[in-house]
Amino acid sequence: MARRVAVAHTVTATVAAWIVGFVIFFPILWMAITSFKTELEAFNTPPSFLLFQWTTENYATVQERSNYLHHAPNSIIIAGGSTLVAMVIAIPAAWSMAFVPSRRTRDILLWILSTKMMPAVGVLVPIYLIFRDLALLDSRIGLLCILCLSNLPIVVWMLFTYFKEIPKDILEASRMDGATIGRELVYVLTPMAVPGIASTILLNVILAWNEAFWTLNLSTSEAAPLTVFIASYSSPEGLFWAKLSAASTLAIAPILVLGWFTQRQLVRGLTFGAVK
Amino acid sequence: MATQQARTLGRLMLSPTIILLFVWMIVPLAMTIYFSALNYNLLNPGMENFAGLDNYYYFLTDPAFLAAFRNTLVLVGSVLAITVVFGILIALLLDQPILGRNVVRLMVIGPFFIMPTVSALVWKNLLMHPVSGLFAWIATSLGLEPIDWFAEAPMFAIILIVSWQWLPFATLILLTALQSLDAEQREAAEMDGARSLSTFLYITLPHLARPITVVILIETIFLLSVFADIFVTTGGGPGLQTTNIAFLIYSQALMHYDVGTASAGGLVAVVVANILAFFLVRIVGRNLEA
Amino acid sequence: MGSITLQDVRKAFGPHVVIPGANLQIEDGSFVVFVGASGCGKTTLLRMIAGLEDVTSGRIMIDGANVVDVPPARRGLSMVFQSYALYPHMSVRGNIAFGLKMAGLPRPEIDRKVDAAAAILNLTSYLDRKPRELSGGQRQRVAIGRAIVREPKAFLFDEPLSNLDAALRVQMRQEVTRLQRQLKTTAIYVTHDQVEAMTMADRIVVLNAGSIEQYGTPLELYERPANLFVAGFIGSPRMNMIERETEQHRGAATIGVRPEHMTVSRDGDGWSGTVRAAEHLGSDTFLYVDTPEIGSITVRCVGELGLGEGDSVRLRPDPTRIHRFDKSGTAIR
Repeated sequence: MARRVAVAHTVTATVAAWIVGFVIFFPILWMAITSFKTELEAFNTPPSFLLFQWTTENYATVQERSNYLHHAPNSIIIAGGSTLVAMVIAIPAAWSMAFVPSRRTRDILLWILSTKMMPAVGVLVPIYLIFRDLALLDSRIGLLCILCLSNLPIVVWMLFTYFKEIPKDILEASRMDGATIGRELVYVLTPMAVPGIASTILLNVILAWNEAFWTLNLSTSEAAPLTVFIASYSSPEGLFWAKLSAASTLAIAPILVLGWFTQRQLVRGLTFGAVK
Repeated sequence: MATQQARTLGRLMLSPTIILLFVWMIVPLAMTIYFSALNYNLLNPGMENFAGLDNYYYFLTDPAFLAAFRNTLVLVGSVLAITVVFGILIALLLDQPILGRNVVRLMVIGPFFIMPTVSALVWKNLLMHPVSGLFAWIATSLGLEPIDWFAEAPMFAIILIVSWQWLPFATLILLTALQSLDAEQREAAEMDGARSLSTFLYITLPHLARPITVVILIETIFLLSVFADIFVTTGGGPGLQTTNIAFLIYSQALMHYDVGTASAGGLVAVVVANILAFFLVRIVGRNLEA
Repeated sequence: MGSITLQDVRKAFGPHVVIPGANLQIEDGSFVVFVGASGCGKTTLLRMIAGLEDVTSGRIMIDGANVVDVPPARRGLSMVFQSYALYPHMSVRGNIAFGLKMAGLPRPEIDRKVDAAAAILNLTSYLDRKPRELSGGQRQRVAIGRAIVREPKAFLFDEPLSNLDAALRVQMRQEVTRLQRQLKTTAIYVTHDQVEAMTMADRIVVLNAGSIEQYGTPLELYERPANLFVAGFIGSPRMNMIERETEQHRGAATIGVRPEHMTVSRDGDGWSGTVRAAEHLGSDTFLYVDTPEIGSITVRCVGELGLGEGDSVRLRPDPTRIHRFDKSGTAIR
């Protein structure tokens, strides 16, 4: 009896969950499907779901006309570069706060968190003017710096919560075993922190890749990453749905895959450890 | 506690982060405050003069500000309500025994990784287009009049898009929290004769109180500055119907080149965000003790 | 070689004084146990010797050289942690070899030493496993292996057995003692368990609120406690402290009589009282006796006396084993 109820429960829940999952995921799926249609077919009503002439010509056109291969490297450089720089600055800081805490560590951590709370629009004007005066507008290095700074608090926090979980005893044991602080970082801390460091890097790449306030406001063409490239389809070019879909699919595919890998660490990173 | 040597090294390693973040926070903020007290338009360089609190007066009494303020509240409030309520429901559903749970999880979390410009454009064109969009086709098939979303209900359209982007976040956090709920606690409630509804009301919901607060605070911080979605779909229109504070400041600064007023607006946004940040920081801080 | 001397070692966190000033002479090859309640400063003292904690003032000498400014890595000591602190990403072999690797020893020599240590500790068949694949007792052995393989001047143990279950604890207790006797390396062992202290130590340091109350062999501490604190801390059940004036006081403010140093009879002379509770262990009987004269008294008798709750008894202390203390709590000898 109880067994039959349990089976019925599982079946109902499974069906409901798959429906909900499908509905939520549908826009992404629909975009991917549309990217393989011809422009004419993309506009067709009633729309065809799977039974149409599949074509990859949009992907070729997107590259030719809007130079996907110019913007994708920008995204990679800006997202990857800002992440790397942020890690170099943040790993020592997180190490210090996790393993050599002082009375002020708590306050420093909360202050770091509060800098992330500052809305970007609040400082848009001065940043824009500084960039203009330093000729950093539409430059990769400028965007790299801005995204690095704006994500630094999250990076420090994520690393801190990971480092915090490494027992201090183990680091002290290595000190007793004759390791200097440098060797302790290399042989003991880093191998133990690899999973945490990896997921911090991935989450930060995702955030930087999708960042659309600074990139839209501070770049136009030369340094423009994919967010700006896609935004250009909001103009009349947006009428080319199949090409828009192809460009969008290209822009999100790598990050969607990365995101799926990090989803479990995501919660911790985005809630600053408040939910584990 | 540690040795002096380690402490010195620790301070040395912490300082770059602190210095960078301090500069990043203080310099632009100080400039914003300074500009907000000037008559300063990029179209009239060299004409800057002291304006006192005039910019604040103009910004706060501008009908556009009131409209933007109202729009911001509506946008933030609606998205919060939608994502939290549906987030709880979906999280409860995913917490059940499900075949292929991991795949469902991946599908649900998907929208979070989509850059905002992409999701806004895909929704605007592929789904919400009044003639060829999928929604229009569904409406016609059901014998209904298709809705011209961005003309008839532009704010609702934006709310829908932004909610879709943030629903995964709420769901994922609430699901994580649900999974940390002690099974024994729930079983004890069941042994005490609690029905599923009362278990939910008296055991599950209180357990979710803190994660819900965290979701609300973090989403609010991001939702206050929704920008890209508006930028690529409505451009704040029609009229001011979808202009929020972030977009208003952007248009003051980079479309009207009015640095003074935009700076005053920026400070208003900073103040609002800081009030929220205060509560979030307190919650996270309490957690730090444990 | 590994003699350790503490000279006026002080430790304070800001205004909060943890160790007001410790002096101690530990001879080479001896097994010294620091014992005390939690928070008495025993672990802090150990960590200062290790170099993991700074000394506020005073000197720590290892083989006659002051090591206060020497980092832990270069003090030539090894430590076994309460949590074992094994490196989770290294195999057992890697864990034991780590210290030797840091010291830059050639590979064949490392292997030889690791194999020798593993043989002593019965770890040979586990050398390629990761710590998480080991039981609690095995992890403990790895931690000890890591400590002995470096042939340090001294071993430092920080409550190493407290995470093991009772049976295993007794076994490891004997193993650690045997190992130390065999290697003849100085050992400092921190514990809150007085049974561990009494059974393992050559000499015991009793700590209370950061101060050394007494330093002596286990039997010295038992037979001639220096003060009320040590008298109450060493021995189980606790020594009976009698403050109300009796003919046994002879000028002392307090006298102490251990529960096992009293004889019980149904009648005769001695303090009269009523049994409030009796615990029959078979080999021993613990009687909790209420007396109108001197308050509540615990008595330990060998064997079974057939006494139970409510029985009237007479208690007579062994006059040669009465401890006398003055008003400040110091023993009168």
